[in-house]
Amino acid sequence: MVNLNKHAKVMSAREAVEKFVHDGDLITFGGFTITRNPMGLCHEIIRQRKKDLHVAVHSQGQAFDLLIGADCVNLIEVAYGGTARFSPGGGPCFRRAIEGGRIRFEDYTNFQMSLRFLAGAMGLPFLPLYSSLKTGVVRKWGVSFSERKNHPKLPSKKLGVVRNPFSEGGREELLVVPALTPDVALIHAHQADTEGTVRIKGLTFTDVEQAKASRHVIVSCEELIDPEELRRDPSQNKIPFFMVDAVVHMPFGAHPTACFGYYDYDPRHLKLYAEMARSEEKLNGYLETYVYSTEDHSDYLSRIGWEDLERIKADPETGYAVGLERSGR
Amino acid sequence: MREASPRELMVLAAARRIHDGDIVFCGTGISMIAAMAAKRIQAPNSVIFFETGGIDSQLLELPLSVGDPRVMTQASIHTGLVDSFGILQNPNTGSRVVAILGAGQIDAYGNLNSTCIGPYHRPRVRFPGSGGATDAAVFAARTLIFMKLERRKFVEKLDYLSTPGWEPKKRGKEVRHGRPEAVITNKGTFMFDKRTSRMYLATIFPGISADEIRNDVGFELDTAQARMEEEPPQKSLDLLRKHIDPQHLII
Repeated sequence: MVNLNKHAKVMSAREAVEKFVHDGDLITFGGFTITRNPMGLCHEIIRQRKKDLHVAVHSQGQAFDLLIGADCVNLIEVAYGGTARFSPGGGPCFRRAIEGGRIRFEDYTNFQMSLRFLAGAMGLPFLPLYSSLKTGVVRKWGVSFSERKNHPKLPSKKLGVVRNPFSEGGREELLVVPALTPDVALIHAHQADTEGTVRIKGLTFTDVEQAKASRHVIVSCEELIDPEELRRDPSQNKIPFFMVDAVVHMPFGAHPTACFGYYDYDPRHLKLYAEMARSEEKLNGYLETYVYSTEDHSDYLSRIGWEDLERIKADPETGYAVGLERSGR
Repeated sequence: MREASPRELMVLAAARRIHDGDIVFCGTGISMIAAMAAKRIQAPNSVIFFETGGIDSQLLELPLSVGDPRVMTQASIHTGLVDSFGILQNPNTGSRVVAILGAGQIDAYGNLNSTCIGPYHRPRVRFPGSGGATDAAVFAARTLIFMKLERRKFVEKLDYLSTPGWEPKKRGKEVRHGRPEAVITNKGTFMFDKRTSRMYLATIFPGISADEIRNDVGFELDTAQARMEEEPPQKSLDLLRKHIDPQHLII
């Protein structure tokens, strides 16, 4: 049995968000489109009505769209905003915010965003990559050089070009992208121990680099484990405990996105969201029902209902809900 | 038996271009079906590869995102984005990659727009963004592009250049660009002239005329080399319908 009192990092989502997420912060979160979004933590950010967040992510995702829809965000750096087949054409709130001119945005590619987190994680100011220099990503800046002074958390330039000193005549050109060092990373993991060591199963995406690049890390986990148990197989652990500030025990903390081996994404709920997020009015209804009027994540889960959660439970062999009705017909 | 639908013809036209031993960089949707079909028809040693870090995914069920748990099941290795784009950028492995991409707009040189329609800062329509396509196009040895054939999509000038295609003017100079091999649409397939790098009509699907296709394309198009698309074998159609997408999620 875990002794919670000995471990100051274990806390509720409310405490963790109150303590580590502030208006105007640069935040990032793990997962990818419809998998392992830290939904419970993001719901708590919305409940606490955090404002003017600056969000930097690669390909996001349900949490990303919801935070924008709930008006918590005023600046985004992103490579892809959507939930793939569940929002063809892009996340509804992401789209509406850009088309309506209500949000500042900067486009990068997935590799660029990943390298920006890696640079932050390694304490480097930038990293190079091979890239075409004629693309819109290089030529068009969402926030201009002069405007960037007003956004202290944005790098002074979107990106730059350097020459490879080892190439013939030192002429070869490479693109460089600036490091990201977010104030807070929100990660939803399969397991964490009371000291903060984190185990993620399945694809890790860029979660580990995002966590290591950030000043503070909040981890929500499906299972809270005794440190002795996670230390039996350290090769499976992904984030060192001394980088983690808060551990929140939160089963189904990624719902309606998936958590490999534990539960699938919830196609019915993702479709319900896609439908309701199409207008601001209906979106407000969604936020009221599933976020504002719920006390915490277990209250949210009771709104979803155990029958729906049972339906998406993963089969242990494959890691997802085999034969789950996903077409909506 | 029902004859092949345009989407089935598209899938099989792409699958034919995947060679045994290729590493196939897949996006979401129809590209996954093409990769699954190729692996079960003529390229059993091709490797299905995702930017999210899924390597040699078995795809027992069709994923609905490249982050879907279905790309993780029975993969050979689970890794992440830094590693998978590194594999693409590394010429030892990148030279074996065929990337399958899609977009909102395409021009005559295979440049793609997956970002916006209208002015960048205040677009009329905003798309999700480039994701990993821009990186994959530059690193892969070849790319195949899926598009719906429509005049507003096949344009003289893109509203935004997300993913680079051929770079005809700077041939020979050290410059990174994409290498689109074919554009596969619901009415026919297109290839790129070796000399000019411009798109030309390569094959026409049954019941479609070259004139109809020319009408759907917003730039000047050479249709002189076009031939009829091959009729797909019944066995391949059965495979698609019964085994690869029985829930009709994509086709």
